[in-house]
Amino acid sequence: MLRQGSRCLLSRASAASMKWRRPLSTDLPAETAGDSKFVEAWKKLNPNQDPPKTPSSYMKPRPPTPSTIPSKLTVNLVLPYDSVLSGKEVDMVIVPATTGQMGVLPGHVATIAELKPGILSVHEGNEVNKYFLSGGFAFVHANSVADIIAIEATPVDRIDPNLVQKGLAEFQQRLNSASTDVEKAEAQIGVDVHSALNAALTG
Amino acid sequence: MAMAALRREGKRIAVPLISPNPINPLRSTLASSQEQTPFGVRSISTQIVRNRMKSVRNIQKITKAMKMVAASKLRAIQTKAENSRGLWQPFTALLGDTPSKLLIFIVYWVKGNRTHLKAVGSSSQLPHVEKFETSNITSKCYLPLSHSVGPRDYFLFVICGYADVHSLSGAFVAFQLENWSYQCAIICPLGVDVKKNVIVTISSDKGLCGGINSTSVKTSRGLYKLNSGPEKECKYVVLGEKAKAQLVRDSKKNIQLTLTELQKNPLNYTQVAVLADDILKNVEYDALRIVFNKFQSVVSFVPTVSTVLSPEVVEREAEAGGTLGELDSYEIEGGETKSEVLQNLTEFQFSCVMFNAVMENACSEQGARMSAMDSSSRNAGDMLDRLTLTYNRTRQASITTELIEIISGASALEG
Repeated sequence: MLRQGSRCLLSRASAASMKWRRPLSTDLPAETAGDSKFVEAWKKLNPNQDPPKTPSSYMKPRPPTPSTIPSKLTVNLVLPYDSVLSGKEVDMVIVPATTGQMGVLPGHVATIAELKPGILSVHEGNEVNKYFLSGGFAFVHANSVADIIAIEATPVDRIDPNLVQKGLAEFQQRLNSASTDVEKAEAQIGVDVHSALNAALTG
Repeated sequence: MAMAALRREGKRIAVPLISPNPINPLRSTLASSQEQTPFGVRSISTQIVRNRMKSVRNIQKITKAMKMVAASKLRAIQTKAENSRGLWQPFTALLGDTPSKLLIFIVYWVKGNRTHLKAVGSSSQLPHVEKFETSNITSKCYLPLSHSVGPRDYFLFVICGYADVHSLSGAFVAFQLENWSYQCAIICPLGVDVKKNVIVTISSDKGLCGGINSTSVKTSRGLYKLNSGPEKECKYVVLGEKAKAQLVRDSKKNIQLTLTELQKNPLNYTQVAVLADDILKNVEYDALRIVFNKFQSVVSFVPTVSTVLSPEVVEREAEAGGTLGELDSYEIEGGETKSEVLQNLTEFQFSCVMFNAVMENACSEQGARMSAMDSSSRNAGDMLDRLTLTYNRTRQASITTELIEIISGASALEG
């Protein structure tokens, strides 16, 4: 009886797993396979309650990796309070990574980049849009989708140069007079951001 | 006899009011008003009904006002919540959704002097079956699997007897088998691959918002059950008074941190980032599961759980392959080491996901309060209608009885 039980489990499991392959995170049906395990486990323990949903059920599935390099890069720029760009097709973006300005073209290798305060420029045809980013992360996926997550992004023409100079001076003063490590770190961050703003305005 | 008369009186008045809703409190107040007036006086006091009507009318006004307030707050916060929805999508696209990883271990154990651990794989990818024999069962039996254990693989072993599963890490499964005899199979579903789960439950501080806080707490409890087991621990971090009140009752020792009064100032990212920092500093975790109510529409709120894995687990999973297997193929720019960047990523992901969760929960709270107050004011309106009918009948009945007395007295005098 035991062997029979294991055999039928085996057959059921093998039937189910035959369809599975190592999934890409860009492949949605694989996500639901993982979620269905969760749903089963949940139903076993809490039969009277509906299982909670997970974020991937609220997301549109991402396109799979194409075999040829696409001609356009799809960019999503998201902020906590707004999605500035979502699904925009562009030619190139230049992101301010901590290692320097990084250009991303369609077909770029998959990358996770940490961003420092600086300018993000979006090139589409002949027009270039520049945003000053406060810092965040940028993900470039293998299917030529670039996600840029930042806390603040303002168009460069909205920055007031006087306030930038004032802020820079103030933070430099604070850095000189800082006593504890925490104060020093905060002042240093302020100096970094303001000098980046300065560079953005001049450059 | 007096009781019978009172009962008859009560019935005559209450008969036209027979409705599906029980109005026993009303009848009892009327009966008591009759008892309070001295026997013989026929005018039933309408004062009591009038008082009740006044209080119900006030309640109706209050609940209507609360509904308006909730509606305006909802309008303000709804746009912000919808704008913040794009924030967590890149993280889910990169790291996937990992509610749980299920690995079923069933070990075959034949009685006798030798133990056969037969790994029966279910996926076509399993290259070959490992057979492991040992004569000494009290020693630890290591079963090296040539195929690395990933989230989509089932390795079926039937455990007959007692087995202590010592560790599950990548390609190794270690068992210590204690008992010889052939017993019935115990199927141990080893739930998740994370040992320390922290469930962050988000709820409201104020009440009168329908059932959303209870659903959040029920979901958290369900997750707790799912993630508890040997060698696994599960803790709560509670945001909001209402969930704290409910969880403190039975899981007091599992609550690590509680935070209240989130909505004193309007929600913004900085506040949530500080909150997230606080939680990350004080809590040891392998996986953070954030439970909140997602705002789908003004009348529908869906309990949702979002998972954030710790950087060590992410690295481990990326190496082991599976859902996060492609993470290894991503180049890391910036930072000195990969683990530093992964740590920053995790913290950033947590704060973003928390921000969205807190906003969605706030929206759900206002929406739920709106519908609760709406049904409350409608109910108060119904009660008021019924009370008005009772009031009119009481008034007319007393007028009628007075007239009857006068007329019968007059006719007695004449004739």
